[in-house]
Formats: sequence, C-alpha cells, structure tokens
Amino acid sequence: MRRQLPLAICFVMGVSMVVQFFIPHRVSQEFYRTILDWYRIVFAFSLVLGTGTLIKVHWAKISKKSKGWQYSIITIGGLVFMLAVGFITGIQEGTLFMKIFEYVEVPLEATMFSLLAFYIASAAYRAFRARTVEATLLLIAAVVLMLGRIPFGYYLWHKIPGIAEWILTNPNMAAKRGIVIGVGLGMISTALKIILGIERSYIGGGK
Amino acid sequence: MFETIGIWIAALLTLCIFSFLYKDNPFYKFAEHLFIGVSAGYWACYYYHNVLQPNLFVPLFQEGRPIFIIPLVLGIMMLLHLVPKISWISRWPLAFIVGTYAGYYLITYLQTNALEQVTATLVPLVTFSSVVLFVGVTTGLVYFFFSKEHKGTFGGIAKFGIWFLMIAFGASFGYTVMARISLLIGRMTFLLKDWLHIIQ
Repeated sequence: MRRQLPLAICFVMGVSMVVQFFIPHRVSQEFYRTILDWYRIVFAFSLVLGTGTLIKVHWAKISKKSKGWQYSIITIGGLVFMLAVGFITGIQEGTLFMKIFEYVEVPLEATMFSLLAFYIASAAYRAFRARTVEATLLLIAAVVLMLGRIPFGYYLWHKIPGIAEWILTNPNMAAKRGIVIGVGLGMISTALKIILGIERSYIGGGK
Repeated sequence: MFETIGIWIAALLTLCIFSFLYKDNPFYKFAEHLFIGVSAGYWACYYYHNVLQPNLFVPLFQEGRPIFIIPLVLGIMMLLHLVPKISWISRWPLAFIVGTYAGYYLITYLQTNALEQVTATLVPLVTFSSVVLFVGVTTGLVYFFFSKEHKGTFGGIAKFGIWFLMIAFGASFGYTVMARISLLIGRMTFLLKDWLHIIQ
C-alpha cells in the first residue's frame, strides 16, 4: 500500500501517456488533455507544499532562536504580506501586488544576477589562461562572441560579428547538438527506469 | 507619489544587494531573505490565480464538474507531506506526477532530442558548415561514449570532440558575460537615471 501502490500508479500513468500518443482518437486526445490539466493542478499543489515547507523551516529557526533567526522573520513577513496582498487585491496589472513585484521583486532579482558580472571576471581570469589548446579555444570563442555582440567589435574589424555568428551556428551548434542527443538518450532511459519501477528514489526511504 | 516611494524602495534594495561586493553584511542578508519571501509569495499567488482558480475551482464549484474532485484530492494528499505521521500518503500524487511526466517526456525527448537532432545532422555534406556540424556532432558523441577507454584513434577522435565542446562552452561563457553585464548596466541606469536623475 505504501510502496507498491505508488509504483503501480507511476507505471499506469507512464504507460498510458506513452500509449495515447500512438492512438490519434478523440477519446485518447481527451484523456491526454484531462491528464495534463490534472498534472498542472497537482503540480500547483506541490508549490503550495514548497511554500509550506519554507514557512516550516523558517518558523523552526525563529522558535529555536537559531543563528540569524531575525532574518527568518523577514522571509516569513515578506511571504505572508505578498500572499495577503495577492489574495485581497488580485494579481492584475496596476494592483498593489504587481507594484510590489515591480519595485521589490524585479530589482532584487536583476541586481542579484548582475552581481555575477563582477565574479565572472575573476572566473574568466582563471578560465582564460591559455595554457592548453582547449583553454585557448575557450578563450578565442568567448572573446569573439563578446566582441561580436557589441559595436566596438565591429569597429575593430567589420567581420567579427559575422565570425561570431558562424561560431554560434556551426561549431557551437554541433557541440550543443551532441550534448542534446546525449541528454535526450539519458532522459529516455531514466523515464523508462521510472515507469518500470527500477528507479524509485522519488518515493523516498522508510516503509 | 506611489511611484516615487517605489523607486526609492527599489534603489535602496539594489544598494543592499550591491553591498555584498564589499563583504557579506546584514543589509545584504535582509535583502536576500526579503527576496526569498516575496518570490515565494508571488509564485504561490500566481499559481493560485492562473492555475488552481481557472483549472480547478471554477470547473468544480462554478461549473459543477465532479470529476475535478480527483485532482483536488490528489493535491490535498500532496499537502499531507507536511504531517509526519501520514506523510507517506503524499507518495500517491507524487507517483501520479512522476509517472505522467516520465511517460510524456519519454516520447517528447525521443522526438525532439534524439530523432530530430540526428535527422538535422545527417544531411549531404556539400558546404564547409555542414561538414563542421557533422564532424562536431559525431566527435562530441564519441567523447561522451565512456564504455570504451579514450586511447589510440578513439581517443584522438574524442579529443577532437573536446575541442568542439570547448568552443561551445566559450560561446556560452561569452553569452553569459554579456547577459550579466547588460543586467548590471540596467541597474546602474536605474540608479543614475530613475533614482538620482544624474543622467538623462
């Protein structure tokens, strides 16, 4: 019941989704749409679960007065406030909810990622020391790509943007395609292992 | 008035995050934790209004379609993960999600990642670019074949594959740098133009 039933549900759903693909019938297509709708709904509940877990973790930090517990108040406060505003005012354009998104969430996210511009410089120094053929290729590709995307590159040599484009659409595409094929084959074998119950780590340990 | 307050809040939060460039400090930690809380709240509301409301509550309670009790029950079972004694019940909806996802992507990945990529690679080698593409893909795949030791001719082909991979990583790195610099320019423009009005 606790371990066998989840494996059976997984097997039935996996096989059904594969089989319906090969049956282009109205009933099969209706089944496909319904299951995908349900999938979206259950997935949305898993996000609610994630939010609940976030509250649980930070609440535990506050109640135990763990190191940095004051910041957990900020997290829970921000979360509860956002939820309250979202449910009271709705999430349409122009509401307080969207204003908070615009003036708090967007700047925080953009600044957080822009910080990487500084740290990427030190990473570039380590990666770009052209000691081997591989490092030299990495260096050349990165430099040409960067120069090809800015007007300065064009002023240096008018063919640089074209070379950058060629690198992107040929050697870069070739390597990416190799990776994508590898990832695809890996995903297919993992999906098969999950459906057949060989890979069952998702149901966790215990009874 | 509201816009002015918003710009000031955004500017101060931006400075809080940038303060990390000096060292980890309480201002950064404050902004970081606020970001986590607000993001979680945003996405929870977003999914409620855009997924649960139109796809579950409206069909079930307003249109009276009882079949939607099934995903509701599965969703509630998922939330039982938070109750340690009966957390095992959440395995059922989890198995539903994992099984559906695995079955759906088994076909999708077979089509898009495997078959279509191979089809696009196996073209007549009439141009230099098509030769580069074919050689890049095959040598790249040889490099990822770990069932045979990379020695001799096989090792040489794999080495050639590494060169292609390095060019791709360099291109990705260059792209990432440009994207991050663009974000940095955007934040600086916001501070100097929208907040301080130093530049026009």
